Amino acid sequence: MKLLVCISNVPDTTSKINFTDDDTKFDTNGVQYVINPNDEFGLTRAMWFKEKQGATIHVITVGGATTEPTIRKALAIGADEAIRVNAEPTDGFFVAQQIAAVAKAGDYDLIIAGRESIDYNGGMVPGILATLLDFNFVNNCISLEIDGNTATAIREIDGGKEKLNTSLPLVIGSQKGLVAESDLKIPNMRGIMMARQKKLNVVEPVSATDTTKDVKFEKPAAKGQVKLIDADNIDELINLLHNEAKVI
Amino acid sequence: MSVLVYTESENGKFKKNAQEVASYAYEVAQQLGTHATAISINATNAESLGNNGISKVLNITDDNLKTFNAKAFAIAIAQAAEKEGAKVIILSSSADTKFLAPILTAKLQASYVPNVVSAPTSTAPFTVKRTVFSNKGFAETQLSADIKIIGVSNNAFGSHENKTESSVESFEANIPENSFSTKSVEIDKVVGKATIADADIVVSGGRGLKGPENWGMIEELADVLGAATACSKPVSDLGWRPHGEHVGQTGKPVASNLYIAIGISGAIQHLAGVSASKVKVVINSDPEAPFFKAADYGIVGDAFEVVPQLIEKLKEFKAQTA
Ligand SMILES: Cc1cc2nc3c(=O)[nH]c(=O)nc-3n(C[C@H](O)[C@H](O)[C@H](O)COP(=O)(O)OP(=O)(O)OC[C@H]3O[C@@H](n4cnc5c(N)ncnc54)[C@H](O)[C@@H]3O)c2cc1C
Ligand SMILES: Nc1ncnc2c1ncn2[C@@H]1O[C@H](COP(=O)(O)O)[C@@H](O)[C@H]1O
Repeated sequence: MKLLVCISNVPDTTSKINFTDDDTKFDTNGVQYVINPNDEFGLTRAMWFKEKQGATIHVITVGGATTEPTIRKALAIGADEAIRVNAEPTDGFFVAQQIAAVAKAGDYDLIIAGRESIDYNGGMVPGILATLLDFNFVNNCISLEIDGNTATAIREIDGGKEKLNTSLPLVIGSQKGLVAESDLKIPNMRGIMMARQKKLNVVEPVSATDTTKDVKFEKPAAKGQVKLIDADNIDELINLLHNEAKVI
Repeated sequence: MSVLVYTESENGKFKKNAQEVASYAYEVAQQLGTHATAISINATNAESLGNNGISKVLNITDDNLKTFNAKAFAIAIAQAAEKEGAKVIILSSSADTKFLAPILTAKLQASYVPNVVSAPTSTAPFTVKRTVFSNKGFAETQLSADIKIIGVSNNAFGSHENKTESSVESFEANIPENSFSTKSVEIDKVVGKATIADADIVVSGGRGLKGPENWGMIEELADVLGAATACSKPVSDLGWRPHGEHVGQTGKPVASNLYIAIGISGAIQHLAGVSASKVKVVINSDPEAPFFKAADYGIVGDAFEVVPQLIEKLKEFKAQTA
């Protein structure tokens, strides 16, 4: 089984978000980049398929040279080979078209992308990719088993979950729940050393169109002062929620 | 040309978000000087959308579409869009709709912008405001493709009454058999209880509650308020509560009218996921807990003393206002 895991290079979850250039650009100053958490769950599940079912794992990122430490980390965790499409990821449709071009040539059985990137929040790359490739697709995936050509997946729905039967080739949108938190792997020294020997292929982008463009950014308005209510005065809280906030 | 909105139903009845997206579609149609058409699947109360500004409903009645199927539903919506010559398509932010949206986007070669929080700021160029960086910022985003798809954030635009003369037409979608290659075999869903996605009020507990055995009061508080229950990440990691209740940057987003956080410190990843909630109440024994900086109302106190009192007082309040 050949797997492709999509890796988005995103600001660490603790990052403070600022904008520069008259609020037209994200301020990368002092920002640490990591593997998108949803992709980390996907990569961990991919490692399970490698260890238990002999799968081969390629990882792919669409981004400039500055994303290489992040994709190297995926190699250190255990992916076999990496591909970097040398282009700025301008929007989800663009990224999906780039990955689709690589996937077409690569003959993959399963492609794992995250449900959503925590910076762009498009939630669109896996679904567009699946449609461009005419693969099956399961989003918000919290369980995936593969037996030969058939796949059983569970996806999270509002208020519960749904079990689905499908088949390879398949794209999933992975998220928390797909693997146990304690199974997430931190690269060890040996992994990091081995990653240096692994192939990182840089490919040039195919021509593709952007369909959206972020023209201006804004930070949320600062929150006003909290109103503290005495623990012995619960009536006051109820009064405020009813009469002032009008939410109960 | 018209604006098309997909209004979701469940067991024949529109979901709560249907009114909100219909209202949004009406607003966009007004801006563009056209009318708003809805596409619904197996809805039995299609005519009710006239209350929210919809002038025509295309309703599909098809037993094959009784259970949600992302690909088949996306094809149905694409065909409705084609029939109507729709250039703008409005969607909700439910899990099902976020599943079908990218499929629809690829089929129509459309521009898709999810998490939109307000009416378009301009229609030429078509520009919307959406959340980015997991609610830590907003972006103004331009959509340049011929067809534009807008995913409206839960509870951001609200539902508005705009009584409109409305007609219901039955619509037949032509869905190829192979669209059902991914099949639902089992749905496990709480019924008769508010979900985090659509609840007006969410009651959430953190590690400050010490253990799963103490969740009784959280559930009781939620019951009194008709609220959904949620939790912080470590609580679900520890197995105290199911994963589906984890809210925050790596869990579910919360956009309720009221969010009550009990024994939750207010880490940046947690706050990002709940910041779209309109009013936040924090109950925490530590006056220095970061959550107080992001809250509207706060009580510094021991949850084990405050929450039972709050439940009693709310019961009295409910009895009076009922
Ligand atoms: C990559 C990454 C992603 C993450 N994503 C998320 C996410 O999506 N959602 C999320 O929630 N977290 C997330 N986290 C974790 C986050 O950083 C915090 O660790 C977590 O939110 C803390 O949970 P907590 O507030 O329940 O626990 P704690 O931080 O332990 O806080 C417990 C609070 O309870 C209070 N308390 C104790 N006893 C009482 C009492 N008797 N009465 C009242 N209050 C009491 C304490 O004062 C304290 O403030 C993420 C972390 C990482 C690294
Ligand atoms: N630049 C990128 N390179 C590789 N994969 C990406 C990139 N951007 C997004 N993805 C994948 O698509 C998923 C969803 O991203 P998004 O559609 O931006 O929310 C991410 O979790 C990644 O798996």
